[in-house]
Amino acid sequence: MARYILGRLLSAIPTLFLIVTISFFLIRIAPGGPFDLERPLEAKVMENLARIYQLDKPLWQQYLLYLKSLASGDFGPSFYFRDFTINELFAEGLPISIQLGSSALVLALIVGGAMGVLAALRQNRPADYSIMAAATIGVTIPNFVVAPLLTLLLGVWLGWLPVGGWNNGAARNMILPIVTLALPQIAVVARLTRGSMIEALRSNHVRTARAYGLSGYSVVVVHALRGALLPVVSYLGPAAAALLTGSVVVETIFGIPGIGRYFVQGALNRDYTLVMGTVVVVAVFVIVFNLIVDLVYALLDPRVRYD
Amino acid sequence: MTEAMTNAHKSAGEAVLDIRDLRVSFATAVGTVQAVRGVDVSVAKGETVAIVGESGSGKSQTMMAAMGLLAANGKAEGEALYRGANILGLPTAKLNRIRGAKITMIFQEPMTSLDPLYTIERQLIEPMVEHGGIGRARAKARALELLKLVNIPQPERKLRSFPHELSGGQRQRVMIAMALANDPDVLIADEPTTALDVTTQAQILALIADLQKRLGMAVVFITHDLGIVRQIADRVYVMKDGQVVEQGEAARILTEPKHPYTRMLLDAEPEGRKAPVTGESPILLEGQKVSVAFDLDSGLLKAPIVLKAVDDVSLAVRQGQTLGIVGESGSGKSTLGRALLQLLPHQGRVFFSGNDISNKDRGAMRPLRRQMQLVFQDPYGSLSPRMTVGQIVTEGLLVHEPGLSAAERDRRACAVLEEVSLDPALRNRYPHEFSGGQRQRIAIARTMVLKPKLVVLDEPTSALDRTIQKQIVELLRKLQADHGLTYLFISHDLAVVRALADWVMVMQHGRIVEAGPTPVIFESPVQDYTRELIAAAANNLSG
Repeated sequence: MARYILGRLLSAIPTLFLIVTISFFLIRIAPGGPFDLERPLEAKVMENLARIYQLDKPLWQQYLLYLKSLASGDFGPSFYFRDFTINELFAEGLPISIQLGSSALVLALIVGGAMGVLAALRQNRPADYSIMAAATIGVTIPNFVVAPLLTLLLGVWLGWLPVGGWNNGAARNMILPIVTLALPQIAVVARLTRGSMIEALRSNHVRTARAYGLSGYSVVVVHALRGALLPVVSYLGPAAAALLTGSVVVETIFGIPGIGRYFVQGALNRDYTLVMGTVVVVAVFVIVFNLIVDLVYALLDPRVRYD
Repeated sequence: MTEAMTNAHKSAGEAVLDIRDLRVSFATAVGTVQAVRGVDVSVAKGETVAIVGESGSGKSQTMMAAMGLLAANGKAEGEALYRGANILGLPTAKLNRIRGAKITMIFQEPMTSLDPLYTIERQLIEPMVEHGGIGRARAKARALELLKLVNIPQPERKLRSFPHELSGGQRQRVMIAMALANDPDVLIADEPTTALDVTTQAQILALIADLQKRLGMAVVFITHDLGIVRQIADRVYVMKDGQVVEQGEAARILTEPKHPYTRMLLDAEPEGRKAPVTGESPILLEGQKVSVAFDLDSGLLKAPIVLKAVDDVSLAVRQGQTLGIVGESGSGKSTLGRALLQLLPHQGRVFFSGNDISNKDRGAMRPLRRQMQLVFQDPYGSLSPRMTVGQIVTEGLLVHEPGLSAAERDRRACAVLEEVSLDPALRNRYPHEFSGGQRQRIAIARTMVLKPKLVVLDEPTSALDRTIQKQIVELLRKLQADHGLTYLFISHDLAVVRALADWVMVMQHGRIVEAGPTPVIFESPVQDYTRELIAAAANNLSG
């Protein structure tokens, strides 16, 4: 098992290298640069800036320099947030995004899973239809609509929760962003769980469990749900990577200092190092979570073996 | 309930399970389908009752309904009396005190009836703890005892195994062990041997019969196989279209059937023999020392474990001949067929019409493909569900005769469908609208449209009912006579092979055990394994 994990991590290196290379040249091909303003800076100033940030060197040299600093774990200085390095920005924002994302993930798994199981057990009956209708709504309404609505209802009218701000991670401040993040995930998890659960409930081994008079809990949870979770787990891997690296919309609306907003800001400002940093962080998360999914598979299903 | 019926019940008071006027219906998109239309079945203590019928006769659904195991859209009416008390429509909690404890079931699909995610021990223990009120430790001891009772080798190790680590026969033994765990009064066996090899079938049947004698429970045996009925049943119910058409003592039903349907079932063995071809007929297909090896579990640093699926097999088939390749699952017979057709890389040499085709690549094989075709076992999985029958049948023509006009292709589709006795008007329908037998005719038509010389038939009749099998055998025989076809007939079903082949090759573990003319192999086999196979299938053959 340890060998398998090591092998997978080693094979991630060429993947990361490709991602870094492609993104590096893509962002450089994009027109404009980090110091282009509406009113252009003086030529002398531009020259100085370019020299400081090593933009005056040929592109291939810049690429090699970036690879070198990346290999030592240094994402370089931000071009836009002048006094910060990318490492500092992430050290501050990433824990916040992870905290929000993982809470939303757990919420989605529990609530979505329970809804899916219930819908499957009541297939084609009112409970099923209402759960699936709610799930469809959850997927279709975008979070930039849900967030203001929740804020209006719970924050402004009822005054139960603060409308925004991070407040050093106070629980009251986290509820609305977590719920906003979780809603569409709950919907997807519910749909997936329902589908695989219906299939599992029809399977021959669940028929055996029923034929042997096992209790409802044993039939549904022990024999049907464990197998039915496999497709949900496959979905949750990439979903977790996306959630944990933050959400632009949620962080912007609720004024949360996570790293989600850097995706857009970095790209718009041509903050080369910030864009590269976010790309690398997301790529690492995706790789790691796909590995975790495969390991959980082995845990859930004895037929999957990695040794 | 009328007085007469009550009295009838009293006189049959020894019945442990008594099903009366059972009706089962399913709500489907096209309306309500009546699967069982008023069936009475009863079984007494120590008695073995067989319910016989073809697929769709409602024989399984009758017992599923009694056990409360119908699909969600199913509805059951009538009565199922267990020791006089109706269990039909009981709330699940009450029903669960009976099923798994007093009435247990084993199913047709040993491969999927056990949960793949838990060990054998855990699954054996569950019903004991649930019903018996015994602790885990005692249940574990009992589980081991049960595995010994059903003759599983290395029972201690098998307890810790997962279902996928056991063979089909072993899984069915585990199911039987599970069924016996709580000393049931009634054991319902739903086609328990259908998915197993013949020698394993015989062992499982003997095991059930032996356990019944020792433990004295009632057995309800659901089957389509009259050979099994002959072997173990006391009484028989024959079902057709959801009704019992005939019932009585097994000996009487088998010797003097009254209902025409029972007579047809009894008469459903494939008949006739193939006349051998003469020595002057040219050799069409020849294999010299053909071997196929698969690397199992190959790692970067360790030497791969090599499985020799086909091991040094040589054979020659003459034009117009039918070579029957017989063996149990895992014997390498299908792999051999594929290697000969160059669908799998192999060692050794293969000649087709005298030309060496060994390991030719796809491009070089393409012109020859037309002359060598393949029909598969599963008529449900081998036809594309999104193509019409006309498209399926003529798809090969698009490759091999690309110049044909659409009208000409359609004409040929009609001709070939007529040849396999299907109505050409049906060519615009989709496969799901056809029965298993009709689908196999479509699969045969798909090969015949190319006018091949050699057809490899890989278990083409195994998924079909006996009466349908007989029709397919007759169709294959007619096509062979009309077109001078050469068949490679791969099957584990000796009755069908005997009816179709003029030369038989018996395979085990990838090697040829014995080969010879069909009458010689069947009447005076030399090898023990061949004798064993024939003995195990004897029930089917003597029908």
